Amino acid sequence: MGERKATVAAEVGLHARPAATFVQTAMKAPMDIRVAKVTGGEPVNGKSILQIMALDVRQGETIVITAEGEGAEEVLDQLASIASTP
Amino acid sequence: MNLRGVGVSPGIGHGPAYLLTARVPEPPEGATHAGDADQEKERAVMALAQVAGELEARGDRAGGEAREILKAQALMAEDPGLVVKIRSLIDRGTAAPRAVHEAFTKYRDVLEGVGGYLGERAADLDDLRDRVIAQLTGQELPGLPPPGDTPYVLVAHDLAPADTALLSGHAVAAFVTEEGGPTSHTAIMARALGVPAVVACAGATTLRPGVEVLVDGTSGEVRARPTESDVARAESVDTARQAAIDRVTGPGRTKDGHPVPLLANVGGPADLEAARSCGAEGVGLYRTEFLFLGRAEPPGAEEQERAYRAALEAFPGGPVIVRTLDAGADKPLAFLPPGSAEPNPALGERGLRLLRAHPEVLETQLDALATAGAGSGGRLRVMAPMVTTAEEARWFAAACRAADLPEAGVMIEVPAAALRARDLVAEVDFVSAGTNDLAQYAFAADRELGALSELHDPWQPALLDLLAGLLAAAAQAGKPGGVCGEAAADPGLACVLAGLGAASLSMGPAALPAVRAALAYHTLEQCRAAAESARAATTAAGARAAARAHLTELEALGL
Repeated sequence: MGERKATVAAEVGLHARPAATFVQTAMKAPMDIRVAKVTGGEPVNGKSILQIMALDVRQGETIVITAEGEGAEEVLDQLASIASTP
Repeated sequence: MNLRGVGVSPGIGHGPAYLLTARVPEPPEGATHAGDADQEKERAVMALAQVAGELEARGDRAGGEAREILKAQALMAEDPGLVVKIRSLIDRGTAAPRAVHEAFTKYRDVLEGVGGYLGERAADLDDLRDRVIAQLTGQELPGLPPPGDTPYVLVAHDLAPADTALLSGHAVAAFVTEEGGPTSHTAIMARALGVPAVVACAGATTLRPGVEVLVDGTSGEVRARPTESDVARAESVDTARQAAIDRVTGPGRTKDGHPVPLLANVGGPADLEAARSCGAEGVGLYRTEFLFLGRAEPPGAEEQERAYRAALEAFPGGPVIVRTLDAGADKPLAFLPPGSAEPNPALGERGLRLLRAHPEVLETQLDALATAGAGSGGRLRVMAPMVTTAEEARWFAAACRAADLPEAGVMIEVPAAALRARDLVAEVDFVSAGTNDLAQYAFAADRELGALSELHDPWQPALLDLLAGLLAAAAQAGKPGGVCGEAAADPGLACVLAGLGAASLSMGPAALPAVRAALAYHTLEQCRAAAESARAATTAAGARAAARAHLTELEALGL
């Protein structure tokens, strides 16, 4: 299973536009995408904007993104890059 | 009829009221479908797709910021978690409209529980829900009037992005909503359009459709049936006010140079930038609830340190006054249950009372504060909410000292604490008056009840007496006594508070420029005379008029 850590750089955290961009990219991937805070807690569905918003990731917090299957590494790179874009 | 809310987009606007209030009725509980679950699911999914498509199309037509907001809303409408929930409800027999209602409610409650920015997104979900239900039940949704010659004042409970996306600044004279805060969509869109807006305006939807309304997006005043001269005066006042505000910069001080540091009330790291851009000299009230709300477990030390350090780094020179967790009452937390059921939570185990019952939560918070403060070189002060007696103040100060925090204080928001402020001040390094709760408790009037708003008028002489007494007690002890709360945000009242000896004033960032201007045009002597006259009055209106008679420049400044 592939895994990436990313520190959220956007001032609004992983909400609003950054969340939408993240989810839109995740939705294009064929496999399941899970997202959790590095501090713990249940991972949520990376394709659900409502679950991502409710995760309430603030600027400076680190998330762990996981995916498995063909092309997973590439998708994870893209998602980590979106999350760490200011 | 005169109403008052919170001005979030400056300027004066007037026109006939257009009320956008109709909501889609809630589909009845227990409603079931005819039996073909697959067909019902298909119907629900189609309605979601239809609404998502409309929102995207609207966003594309509007462009800019609205496009991104509506794109995010479209994603919410087709959220996989939501769809799964709707499908499973329909599988159990629930009719599609009811299933949509219940699935949306689940998510909106989560967002509301988190509060702050996310809490304000709950209104977006309500709007989406109504659109989908309307689609399913064949109802017409209320829409905006076609743009006419006369710009209208748009009045609503709350406005959703879909309502405002296609508005042009020419069609609308002002926005007034009953709900919402400074970061609600109404506020964001209004500022983007350059249209005055007032939010959190109780009673706004009782305005009669079509009645002429005058809106002051700075002071938050909303007046029905203004005369022509009211409108002319409001417009010239606004021009004068903007000019006065633009002329005055720098730290807060009176005309004769008496310093009154102007600080910001901040609800989380996202507010720090607004505070800086409004010229705040520090943070007078850093509410830490945002770290704790909507969680099953309290946040760890590291996460807390980061949030506190952000504030200290934003204001390296000024004080940063952090209030420890203020839970209980309207902000219950799963991991801090009160000892027993509370029939009257406002008078229950809240604030410091609750933290004394859960000392480990306070200890973690104080340790995180001490670590953040030690590493920063900033001026960190820590205060406890809802402190009633000197013994409680002593307990809190001891807890702060044990954590190596240099400056410990208490909020004075209980009348008993205000009356015996001398005893509390002796135990701590500073005090800060929280005028909103102090008024609620002194006048036995629930803060949330619009019907009692007269009793929450911060000009009430009894409130001024309590503030005078506690500020004098702090001054006598040679310790800073500040004021945070709505009272400090009124330019005239801010002068009165300076006259009563307030060592600093803390308020929502948007109010800072007007208060800075009011102070800069009056001497400390004038402020003291205004305070004395206000306290000699017997009504709130009388106190305001008496004070303003001494604050001779306010009128000309439009403040």
